[in-house]
Amino acid sequence: MLYINCPHCGIRSQIEFSYGGDASVKRPELNKEVSDQEWDDFVYNRKSLRGKHLELWQHISGCRQWIKIERDTATHEIFRTFKADEEVA
Amino acid sequence: MTQAFRIDNGGLVNREKKLSFKFNGKTYFGCEGDTLASALLANGVHLVGRSFKYHRPRGFFGVGVDEPYAVVQLYRNGETEPNIKATEQELFEGLEAKSVNCWPSVNFDIGAINNFLKIFLPAGFYYKTFMWPKSFWYRIYEPFIRKAAGLGVASTKHDKERYEHKYEYCDLLIAGSGPSGLASAYAAAKNGAKIILAEDKPRFGGSLLTSDVNIGNQSGKDWAEGIIAELKTMPNVVVKNRSQIFGYYDHNMLVMSEKVSDHLPSTKKYHPNKRLWYIRAKEVLISSGSIERPIVFGNNDTPGVMLSSAAKEYLKVYGVLVGRKPLVFTNNDSGYETAIEFKKYGVNPIVLDTRKNPESEIIDEAKNLGIKIKNSYVVVAAKGYKKVKSADIASISEDKKQLGKIENIQCDCICVSGFWTPTIHLASQSGNKTKFKEEIDAFVPGQSKQNEITLGAANGVFSLDETLKTSFKAGSELSKKITKKNNEVAIPNVVEKKSSQHDKFWCVPLPKGKNYKRFLDFQNDVAVSDVEIALREGYRSIEHVKRYTTLGMATDQGKTSNLNGLQLVSEIENKIVPAVGHTTFRPPYTPVSIGAIVGREVGKHSKPTRKSPMHSWHEKNNAVFVDAGVWLRPRYYKRGNENLFEGSKREAKNVRTNVGVCDVTTLGKIDIKGPDAAELLNRVYTNAWLKLPVGKARYGVMLREDGIVMDDGTTTRISENHYHMTTTTAQAANVLSHLEYYLQLVWPELNVNVVSTTEQWAGAAIAGPKSRDLLQKLFPNSDVSNEGLPFMGYMEGDLFGVKARIFRISFSGELAYEVNVESDYGNFMWEKIIEVGKEFNIQPYGTEALSTLRIEMGHVAGSELDGRTIPFDNALEGLVSKKKDFIGKRSLQRSAFIAEDRQRIVGVVPLDKQTSIPEGSHLVKDDKAPLPNPKLGHISASCWSVEYDNPFSLAILKDGKNMIGQKLFAMSPLKNKVIPVEIVSSHYVDPKGERVRS
Repeated sequence: MLYINCPHCGIRSQIEFSYGGDASVKRPELNKEVSDQEWDDFVYNRKSLRGKHLELWQHISGCRQWIKIERDTATHEIFRTFKADEEVA
Repeated sequence: MTQAFRIDNGGLVNREKKLSFKFNGKTYFGCEGDTLASALLANGVHLVGRSFKYHRPRGFFGVGVDEPYAVVQLYRNGETEPNIKATEQELFEGLEAKSVNCWPSVNFDIGAINNFLKIFLPAGFYYKTFMWPKSFWYRIYEPFIRKAAGLGVASTKHDKERYEHKYEYCDLLIAGSGPSGLASAYAAAKNGAKIILAEDKPRFGGSLLTSDVNIGNQSGKDWAEGIIAELKTMPNVVVKNRSQIFGYYDHNMLVMSEKVSDHLPSTKKYHPNKRLWYIRAKEVLISSGSIERPIVFGNNDTPGVMLSSAAKEYLKVYGVLVGRKPLVFTNNDSGYETAIEFKKYGVNPIVLDTRKNPESEIIDEAKNLGIKIKNSYVVVAAKGYKKVKSADIASISEDKKQLGKIENIQCDCICVSGFWTPTIHLASQSGNKTKFKEEIDAFVPGQSKQNEITLGAANGVFSLDETLKTSFKAGSELSKKITKKNNEVAIPNVVEKKSSQHDKFWCVPLPKGKNYKRFLDFQNDVAVSDVEIALREGYRSIEHVKRYTTLGMATDQGKTSNLNGLQLVSEIENKIVPAVGHTTFRPPYTPVSIGAIVGREVGKHSKPTRKSPMHSWHEKNNAVFVDAGVWLRPRYYKRGNENLFEGSKREAKNVRTNVGVCDVTTLGKIDIKGPDAAELLNRVYTNAWLKLPVGKARYGVMLREDGIVMDDGTTTRISENHYHMTTTTAQAANVLSHLEYYLQLVWPELNVNVVSTTEQWAGAAIAGPKSRDLLQKLFPNSDVSNEGLPFMGYMEGDLFGVKARIFRISFSGELAYEVNVESDYGNFMWEKIIEVGKEFNIQPYGTEALSTLRIEMGHVAGSELDGRTIPFDNALEGLVSKKKDFIGKRSLQRSAFIAEDRQRIVGVVPLDKQTSIPEGSHLVKDDKAPLPNPKLGHISASCWSVEYDNPFSLAILKDGKNMIGQKLFAMSPLKNKVIPVEIVSSHYVDPKGERVRS
């Protein structure tokens, strides 16, 4: 079970969080023409990476904030956690 | 029966306290402090089971968690539990156990015929034999194999025992209370670190309980007792016996199973049977020790052959002689320690040492005691069927290939020692890449992966002096890092005998013309010949060899067999052992009760149960409840002998003719506030929201980004920047997360706050032609006329002094209202509605009537919004704005979603107007068509229309738009029904929607 450092609450166990997928996906802007390919990439197409992965989690049983976690998908090592609006360097 | 093999003094059991127990129906006596194994051995019982494959007689091989054979079925307090190691089960008064894997009895087992058929049962036999014909597998092969195999029978009864889970956090977690665990725990405790020290056995001390050493001026055992006593007084230390750390998981979380009650005749009141600890430790010290490994020889599975360390522990801890004529077979000095203990109690052992001229203090001591030693000698084969009677022994050449002349010597047990294997399971589970240590022929932990360090014998260090030094140091340094304290602890002097180098010998060659089974894995009956076959047939990876032969599998996980298996593969493949590698160590280290893993979350407790504030009223009024997600909702209110069908029909009918009231507290409610609230709703829902006036409600549908309907419900504008959203009961949590996702990540510029208020409001739906009359009486000061409170209108009112929200919304399709009050007043509101409603013949109605009402109106619910449908499918395309953008809109252009013959909701009526159509039935054109009969659609919901008094269903049907009037068949193979049906409009009752506006 992962031990996640919520940038708002501090270190908490994984059971307080729910997973939210790839954090690098950007939703196309509203009212903008979007090609089928762009839309499919946004809705469906995901890479199944081995290694460092930036992903979204929500602290559902805590502060309810969506956060970003940089995690190794093979070893589960967590490198850093970010607030939703924090720039990932 | 007397305990003939119990010595008069020595050991740690209480001879004053006799305990009676039953094994295979026969009564025996043991002592307090015994295990089932030691008590049986004290009574001279060596035959405890039959082996897995050949059903050969099995005795005791080990003394604890290492035991591969002595697995029994336990009966305790009216319950039965399989897969219990007799070597771990502590004796209690009245214990009952039976052998497993034998029929009709352990003494006469029919399955033993396999032993004579063993040439037909080599490795891979099952894979090769039970392949054809294919159809035989389910009916003949599998049931037969299942019956013949297995290690006990799981109880089919509900487990009455209670199991607990506990979450704990500590600075240092120490696995094992041997010399290493005690030393590191003590040093760290002195620095004030928060410590958990776990020992899987009932007694603390590990090897110090049996080894002949002195620490300081005390015996090892006394030193251990002193340390434990002091640790127990320290507030920063938790000391746990009978507690096995069985898994090392990510981010330094370990799981420990504590046996709270297994050693007692029955579980004490308010105590659990077992407690599972989830421990998050800053640092983990693995002091799990080592397990002696066997030397492989002919018939080495005969009862009476056991590890020499086990024989020593039975003697020193339990005061039990495993035999009176012991033969010790060893390749190192450990065998001599066992021989010396035998000698001390007046028994004359013979030692066979594979080494030519070993010299050490221990060997000298044995010689001085007059123990008979034969160097360069091996056991070729054990003789005897149900018990060792003698041994064939021979001298062995220096290259260990040639056997001398075979002699037979009398003995009643063979104590075997093939040196020691560090217990590296936890370290390996943590991700530590193990390395092979040539000097000890075994793997030890390598570079630490998580915050773990392995010490003592588990790290391949077999000198007590070095173990204590490194462990004191590790405990002190790791705790210092955390607590910043540095209280020096003096390291005691150690007096231990020096030992000599072991012999890298592990398997006795077969004598010419003999074909003895030489077992590597005792639990799974894997012999040397089986591994040879696997390699001959081309299996190379050790993981494949393991799976083909079952070497190292099952409940003992190869604790005594792994390394000898690797030695064999390396020898045949002519590779060094580290090149062969070992199989992966996976948790659990030892079997864990399923009950302990599940904990308290069983049956009704597997999920929380949510009840509305009106629940007790429902109970008092004969409500029959149904699970709606985690909520309990009244399904119908039973009157007299009514069944569900009759009761729900009555309730629904009363809504259509008079007035009914339904508890709708369970609906999800989300409070939305902020200047951009309308903009958020406009993006979330498919329809337009910017122009909704204050005091009005609107029905909305929200999609996922993939265009599938996520949820529906009404949202009301309470004031300028304040909205009240309702969701379906099931989707409440998901919708909140959905809104938070967009507000926090996608559109953070929107100034809106959302919060769940589901539990803050109690809701009652008042529906039926007389609902307005009732409402007027409930709110005499409010104008609830059709003009004052029109359809989709909202107002606040005063309900006998309680502030209420009144919404004119309808799910039933009748003239209807929903009244919300703060939850604390829910029951008050409900009782007032019932009381005032009497004169209008009000009846409460449950979810079944609610469904009937919405189905015959063609209103969609969860069974249509099933995660596979888009707005069009639910006849909701009128709510999809063409002008503005919203979540999921782009997906609605997908070709499948705009196909001409797209599926769509329809109504379905059976032609005979009598036969109810089972939900889930498939709609087909031709009921006689060959299978697979093309499916055109499925029945999503069924009811008995109270309006027309005949069955009516909703269906999602391909090209539903153009199917009205068609005759099809509803087929339900599950219910064995074929029903001719007609497709009609989904709006079966009041298609123009006049009633809700009346």
